[in-house]
Amino acid sequence: MKEKLILVGNGMAGVRALEELLKIAPEMYDITVFGAEPYGNYNRILLSPVLAGEKTIDEIMLNDLQWYKDNGITLHTNKKIVDINRRQRKVVADDGSEESYDRLLLATGSNPFIIPVPGHELTGVIGFRDIHDVNTMLETSNKHKHAVVIGGGLLGLEAANGLMLQGMSVTVVHLMETLMERQLDNVAGDMLKQSLEDKGLQFLMTAQTEAILGDERVKGVRFKGGLEIAADIVVMAAGIRPNIELAKKVGLHCERGIVVNDTMQTFDPKIYSVGECVQHRGETYGLVAPLFEQAKVCANHLAKHGIGRYEGSVTSTKLKVTGIDLFSAGDFLGDNTTEDLVMKDAARGVYKKIVLKDNKIHGAVMYGDTVDGAWYFQMLRDGTNVSDFRDSLMFGQAHLGDSGHGGENAVANMSDDMEVCGCNGITKGDVVKAITTKGLFTLDDVRCHTKASASCGSCTGLVEQILASTVGDYSESSKAKSICKCTEAGHDEIRATIKDQHLITMDSVRKTLGWKTEDGCHVCRPALNYYLISAWPGEAKDDPQSRYINERVHANIQKDGTYSVVPRMWGGVTTPNELRAIADAADKFNVSMVKVTGGQRIDLFGIQKEDLPEIWGDLNKAGMVSGHAYGKSLRTVKTCVGSEWCRFGTQDSTGLGIKMEKLTWGSWTPHKYKIAASGCPRNCAEATIKDFGVVCVDSGYELHVGGNGGIKVRATDLLCRVTTEEEALEYCAAFMQIYREEAHYLERTAPWIERVGLAYVKQRVVEDDENRKVLEARFHESQKHFQVDPWAERASAGVESYEYNALKDLT
Amino acid sequence: MSKWIEVGAVEDIPKLGSRVIKTKEGDIAVFRTSDDNVFALRDSCPHKQGPLSQGIVHGNVVTCPLHNWNIDLASGEALGPDEGCTGKYEVKIEAGTVSLLMK
Repeated sequence: MKEKLILVGNGMAGVRALEELLKIAPEMYDITVFGAEPYGNYNRILLSPVLAGEKTIDEIMLNDLQWYKDNGITLHTNKKIVDINRRQRKVVADDGSEESYDRLLLATGSNPFIIPVPGHELTGVIGFRDIHDVNTMLETSNKHKHAVVIGGGLLGLEAANGLMLQGMSVTVVHLMETLMERQLDNVAGDMLKQSLEDKGLQFLMTAQTEAILGDERVKGVRFKGGLEIAADIVVMAAGIRPNIELAKKVGLHCERGIVVNDTMQTFDPKIYSVGECVQHRGETYGLVAPLFEQAKVCANHLAKHGIGRYEGSVTSTKLKVTGIDLFSAGDFLGDNTTEDLVMKDAARGVYKKIVLKDNKIHGAVMYGDTVDGAWYFQMLRDGTNVSDFRDSLMFGQAHLGDSGHGGENAVANMSDDMEVCGCNGITKGDVVKAITTKGLFTLDDVRCHTKASASCGSCTGLVEQILASTVGDYSESSKAKSICKCTEAGHDEIRATIKDQHLITMDSVRKTLGWKTEDGCHVCRPALNYYLISAWPGEAKDDPQSRYINERVHANIQKDGTYSVVPRMWGGVTTPNELRAIADAADKFNVSMVKVTGGQRIDLFGIQKEDLPEIWGDLNKAGMVSGHAYGKSLRTVKTCVGSEWCRFGTQDSTGLGIKMEKLTWGSWTPHKYKIAASGCPRNCAEATIKDFGVVCVDSGYELHVGGNGGIKVRATDLLCRVTTEEEALEYCAAFMQIYREEAHYLERTAPWIERVGLAYVKQRVVEDDENRKVLEARFHESQKHFQVDPWAERASAGVESYEYNALKDLT
Repeated sequence: MSKWIEVGAVEDIPKLGSRVIKTKEGDIAVFRTSDDNVFALRDSCPHKQGPLSQGIVHGNVVTCPLHNWNIDLASGEALGPDEGCTGKYEVKIEAGTVSLLMK
């Protein structure tokens, strides 16, 4: 018989835990849910837009009643649990009914804090917490004029804005001098107040409420000092309190919230708890992101996987008032150990403040222009050292290079029909519709449902902004993102485990790190395969079935299922003989197009898969080998003619390019890897947008790293200057090796360097001579195993011949 | 009239891989999972007709090489949230030999 799981509290955190549980262990429990409200689970964050008339209740439903049916969950709405018999493991509802459990999940949420002034029990005094409150406000706004909102925090301002849009005259009463003082400093707070006043809200600052006036129904509010104002409705938005009434009553250890450990377990091991009612490591949370993280960890333990710990969250805030852009995260006030970077442009209504501590972002507050909020927040969570680009930090991510959208990166200014994802033709409207109709919260969800940002990823920032402006401030705040859905482990953890425990098979990695799937997926298998063969060259066996098709058959698949073939041309230099062989092959195999590539080579298109070994054989005969144009590997080495021909050339860039290509070809890398060598600073080989670029100068060689063209152009950083060709080659090998050993799979050198910092790379490769030699030696050792022509193996030695022949021909 | 046609040995298909059977009506992709189950689908993704035989096999799923749609090997259906279905063929294995039920 299945064990019984009862969820008390039919809200976002609890139901999310069930969803996570159903994903990993759908058959484990008989599940019963008790909710005090008459609805399914809805998105409480979106109550503000409902009040503002921008959304309907139906639009904010996350799980309708059918969802519970479909998943075999018994749902009791309108039933409040009033007691728990922990010894007999039973819950008791307010109608006297009982239900027994094996595991109990408490997600009782929070209650609005009603300030206990005289008159607080009058009709018309409400909180802003559920659909009932919103309905009350909407009804009142139809009949009455005056509204007072007590509390100038996030919730209060959203309520005030909504009531004003419903036609009421609204006064916001705030005890402090600054609005949203927990999220804003006084400059941003004042700017916010100014623009809300321009919209028509009135404010009473540093006002202490003394009494709410009226007989049965509220009529007004009186403040300390004697001021009285008229009110037909009073919304108490002075904060929330974890709802711990039930937990306390049955003797569970509570402080401000229900105290849980890192596995979301309460002091009763049969009882778990998630959501706003929880106190974890001394903190309570009222934002959705941390609650969802708790839900995930909790589900994992309910499913008895026993992995995953909740370690607390860093949160960011965004106000959902249309037309006001505001963002804050972390410690934005700072103290005497921090530094402030501040920009204020009052005329444009823009204010940004970044608080730095030890050259890392410690907090940020932004008003008017919040485009880069997600970027700052990411760096805050990752602890990125910003010293390399501190001078341009304030101007945002776009300033670091074109983000691929021609400066069009403010979602707020985009109309619904504007394209967000250029790869898949997804408009802003498509994304918003998917988010609202399908109840999506995360970037992954949006990628899955719309394909936006699922291809090249350059619109990820835009999609994150749309998410933030549509559902609010949800963003995952777990520090290390897992590599895929099969595991909780991140890239660094996997690499370290493979190295430390000398793992040489994919199975052993999956066992050691607790994979949830038997043989992984199309995301983790190629990554694991790379990590294994790069950590243990010659020992770990390459697994063709874990290679993406291009790397498996050493050619590039095209949209019609044919392949393209690019032979290597060392340093972009070819011969009449090679060209004749290419021309002959093109004729013989009915090549549909012959194209010169950007990497100074020739691409032959439209080749049938079964012809591949034969065309390779023909090219091999003319002395050519695979160009690896299909691989996460060394692609091309682009050169200019250099001192041999050019009147400006300072060194033999062509010769050096060829030597670098002979050195590095055949090596597998986390992502594609391009090299170039230019003969003088005119840089005709465009070496400063390559992963490794050499610019020859009169005194020697400038070595550049971390550049790329493509989606987001990034110019290289100067690694160092050397005087001899031998040194240039030594650095070429050592830099490639450290990238091979430390970058995440599918991370090019540009984002890798931005993540770890140029200073770190310099320290390991330039300043530490010994380490550079060690890296170089490991690179050469690896090349012993990988510098073989995969084409020759298949053309003449019959390697993997099954790939190129039909199992049976029935035509 | 449908009949069983022998197409080859289970061992001829790489584990977690695929082979192609050529027919007059187009290619059929035959997949072998890690537990030696064999499935056969039309070699054409319901999305943009990518050759599924060239995809990565994991569990009972193949990921299309063109745009990463995940197709269930047993039913030929795209896994959520994508929607679409490609044709499937009945498969039987007798003494290590794979046969397909074909017209």
